[in-house]
Amino acid sequence: MSKEWGGFSLRKINLEVQGGEYFVILGPTGAGKTLLLEIVAGFHRPDEGKIIVGGEDVTDLPPERRRIGFVYQEYFLFPHLKVRENVEFGLRMRGEDEKKIRRRSLRIMRALGIDHLKARYPAALSGGEKQRVALARALVLEPRLLLLDEPLSALDPITRENLRNELKSVHRRFGTTFIHVTHDREEALLLADRIGVMNKGRIVEIGEPEKIFRKPRSEFVANFVGFENVFRGTSVAKGGIAEVDLGNGVRIEAVGEKSGGVKACIRPEEIFLSKRPLESSGRNVLRGWISEISDRGATVRLKVRAGKEFAVIVTKRSFEDLKLRTGSKVYLTFKASAVHLI
Amino acid sequence: MKVGTTLSFTLLASLLLALLALPLVTILFKQLAFDFQGFLSTMRDGATLRAVGLSCFAASISVLIALVLGTPLAYLLARKEFRGKKIIEGFVNLPAAVPHVVAGIALLTVFGRGGWIGRSISPILTVENSMLGIVIAMLFVSTPFLVNSAVDGFKSVDPRLERVARSLGATEWAVFRRISFPLAFPHIFSGAVMSWARAISEFAAVVMLVGFFPMIAPGMIWYKFYTAGLQASMGVATLLLIISLSVFVLLKYTGVRMFAEH
Repeated sequence: MSKEWGGFSLRKINLEVQGGEYFVILGPTGAGKTLLLEIVAGFHRPDEGKIIVGGEDVTDLPPERRRIGFVYQEYFLFPHLKVRENVEFGLRMRGEDEKKIRRRSLRIMRALGIDHLKARYPAALSGGEKQRVALARALVLEPRLLLLDEPLSALDPITRENLRNELKSVHRRFGTTFIHVTHDREEALLLADRIGVMNKGRIVEIGEPEKIFRKPRSEFVANFVGFENVFRGTSVAKGGIAEVDLGNGVRIEAVGEKSGGVKACIRPEEIFLSKRPLESSGRNVLRGWISEISDRGATVRLKVRAGKEFAVIVTKRSFEDLKLRTGSKVYLTFKASAVHLI
Repeated sequence: MKVGTTLSFTLLASLLLALLALPLVTILFKQLAFDFQGFLSTMRDGATLRAVGLSCFAASISVLIALVLGTPLAYLLARKEFRGKKIIEGFVNLPAAVPHVVAGIALLTVFGRGGWIGRSISPILTVENSMLGIVIAMLFVSTPFLVNSAVDGFKSVDPRLERVARSLGATEWAVFRRISFPLAFPHIFSGAVMSWARAISEFAAVVMLVGFFPMIAPGMIWYKFYTAGLQASMGVATLLLIISLSVFVLLKYTGVRMFAEH
């Protein structure tokens, strides 16, 4: 489907999510992820194309008749209703009888460990508690599909990690199909059965996390999933090893059969940095000097000029032990298998 | 903010506050401290009490009508984009901007005996010398306060709250009733109080459209001022002031307390 919306366009989105799957849409801010979810939920109508859920064409159905749950980043609990009333809202809208409403809301609140919060207003809840209530409110209706719009982004790192695990466990327990959008690649890697990478209103790649993160098919995806070193070059492959000329006298080896114009992608954490040449299995050894240092707390990110500019990540301890400074002469070592060719 | 700035701001603010408070405090003080007997006799005067009662009643009716008709208008203005929206917003605000004598003349041209609505309803209803005319004039001048406040209220409700409610099975009407209206209600309530206060104080538009009878409180004050002088009119003015102030303070604060716990 396609959609023009406020000067932004979703173009030819073709996406199929399996029943019971945890599907993550990964992409930078402004890629159109939220708009895509809102169209699936029925808040906007696509200009062309169809939304089909469980074999039923829901394109013309209003949101209230789609049986699709939606959890926003900010959760949007109804602030004037207590937790129990929030959870019961959907059941009341469906006109369920009072006994059933009470029974089902209590069951879901117990399952998510929020039954002790039932008499509280949302304003008195922590971020994590709000998220559980928002999940309970959506899941109590047993939706065919649950859409999660950056549900972990508003949380502190510790709560985020706890709730990430909880999301995975809720998905397993309830068996509902989840579509979760995020810009956080770690979140995508840990939660997804499959990932769709989105950029500028298009889905540019779909695949299993391992494939997306290890063998991306485009420069954008490679960059986005953490291949900070992407160089254009010319490859000559022979016997499963490709020799790649990156220009400026830099030649590296990669595992692969690609010949001709290629892009060589290397993760910064796959590059070993030392002050002397190393005896190792790494087939690629380059000599250079440090041009930039950025402290990231537990790690330090370095830029090293070695014919080309390489991004390298070292631990803070290694950085201190090696007494590295801007201008320090260093050696970069990485395996041929650490080089992914596009 | 530096101390010097705070001090100068406080001085400037005090000047304005003095301008606002002095006349009101003076009239209350003069009447209640120096002529309490006069105030008591005003309280016993049937015509005065009828005029004040009529003002309160007509203002309440006009606020109720403004609530019923103004709330949907405010919701549309807050939520929907449509051609001519700016013009409609202008019309909503116009009654607050034009002199009220002009408002009276405008109303007369429509609802007066020769006006196109006035003429057609004249066999059954008339705005002249009638309660209907008082309510129409009050409604005209007081509506902007309610609608503008309600628009702010609906705008303060994040549309994503409404979307979530839709995803939970609520129809558009249910979303309005269960989510948007309750959340915007503190603004609507506040607008209704302001609107009531504006309606009860209206004089020019009512007199132009209805005439002096049935007599409303501001009409009575005017009448007494011209026939018996300042002292005679002060009793009614004080009574109206006390009633307006009490209702205003009571509603504002009970309203705030009603919603504060959420």
